[in-house]
Amino acid sequence: MNEELIISGRMNPYIDPHLEVWEWQIPLYLFLGGLAAGLLFFAAYFVMTGKEKKYPTTVKYGPIVAFIAISIGLVALLLDLKHPLYFWQLYTTIRIDSPMSWGAWVLLIITFVSLIWIFSYLKEAFPKYNCKIGFIHNLLGIFIVKNDDETWEWKYSWLDTFEKYAQSNRYAWAWVMAVLSVILGVYTGILLSAFNARPLWNTAILGPLFLTSGFSTGAAMLMIMTKNHEERLSYSRIDLFLIVIELFFITHLFMGFLASSQVKVEAAHYFLGGEFTVTFWVNVIILGLVLPAVLEALELLKYKIPVIIPGLLILWGGIMFRFIMVEAGQIIRYLY
Amino acid sequence: MRYGMAIDTKKCVGCSDCVVACQTENNIPHGYARDWISETVSGTYPELALEIRSERCNHCDNTPCVRTCPTGASHVIEGGIVKVTHEECIGCGACVESCPYDARYFHPDGYVDKCTFCDHRVKNGQDPACVSVCPTYCMYFGDLDDPNSEVSKKIATRKTKVLAPEAGTKPQIFYLI
Repeated sequence: MNEELIISGRMNPYIDPHLEVWEWQIPLYLFLGGLAAGLLFFAAYFVMTGKEKKYPTTVKYGPIVAFIAISIGLVALLLDLKHPLYFWQLYTTIRIDSPMSWGAWVLLIITFVSLIWIFSYLKEAFPKYNCKIGFIHNLLGIFIVKNDDETWEWKYSWLDTFEKYAQSNRYAWAWVMAVLSVILGVYTGILLSAFNARPLWNTAILGPLFLTSGFSTGAAMLMIMTKNHEERLSYSRIDLFLIVIELFFITHLFMGFLASSQVKVEAAHYFLGGEFTVTFWVNVIILGLVLPAVLEALELLKYKIPVIIPGLLILWGGIMFRFIMVEAGQIIRYLY
Repeated sequence: MRYGMAIDTKKCVGCSDCVVACQTENNIPHGYARDWISETVSGTYPELALEIRSERCNHCDNTPCVRTCPTGASHVIEGGIVKVTHEECIGCGACVESCPYDARYFHPDGYVDKCTFCDHRVKNGQDPACVSVCPTYCMYFGDLDDPNSEVSKKIATRKTKVLAPEAGTKPQIFYLI
């Protein structure tokens, strides 16, 4: 048998023996970004289709969770930078070729759009402003007139004007947010797939796959959050549909690898018998996709399933999928 | 003007003089390296073949590192040399991930660093530090666009290969085999 033994004298930190440039921060962000994309998309979609009355949790509270998720994700991204004080350099330029550049811009814009959305629904989501958390209460005190029955009354007239504007243009903002959330969801996949040096990531299916997975985690989150039975049931249906699509994409991912060049065939074998086989199949496929799909199907067949179980399983699958993809992608490389 | 290198794998003995010269010339922090030696043994005993290579950034024609950089810190200068502006680098790691040769690393100060083909020496008409110290004269540096340069002649008359051509980066360091 012809064998090759390679010895490299290079031992750069984070680079050798295998790449560890992206640790927990990037996969965590990819998960939170996908989750936020899902939450914002559903909120926007049900306003666009005029069903906001049927989906109160999605429209009013979903974007708040999305905003918190994006904020934590942004902190994770900042922690990932090795030169963090220079982060503002991202916003001095737009580089069309670099997914990270337009991702950073989309992230900035969608954060503001989600804030406008939250603002326009604030009085409906919280009829009284009696917030238990001290610092948020004090923060609100800057903008509102405090009164005894704790109803909302803005201190400044421009807040009233802005609120009226936001409320009367919800339909338009819904379109903006829907488009941006799809870009955000796809971006979490494209961020990885743009690197032709990492065979596992370098496949066009990663964008749609991460988008579907993000939407599926968003739906799972809403399924856990809502107290409305009908809303919950429709998210069970949506999730079931998304999981089937995701399984289809994952099958395609490996089929594509196995029919590709040598490095990609090797990349696929890491998941089909190699190092990541058990972690991937147990956590992502079985616990994260197949089991919740079965539970949701049973629920649709009128069995009583506590919603928290499939919900948490899907979130677990989503987060494990990203951690495994980022870790494995950096181990599999071209030369040695 | 297109700078490039030819490295004779038949002459290289893997002494690592190029590595040390680079570390000294460019003040590389301890434990890091912009160039390195790789040794490949192939075949079945007793029919073995050994190839020793001095490797570094390939200063590719099609640069994924420059393409994926979100701030424009990674850029190409005159002669096709790929460089990083330290003050513009945010340390996101996109270029490190995009390099099939893993030729980039994080400087302990946070920015990404890499081989510069010693452009500060080259613009004064000198060879890069690694080339100038090689005791076996196995490295040739020069203008690939000029058919009369030593490096072009070596590439024209010898059998050559580049590393990971399937990655599509069009590397500009040619190994004479």
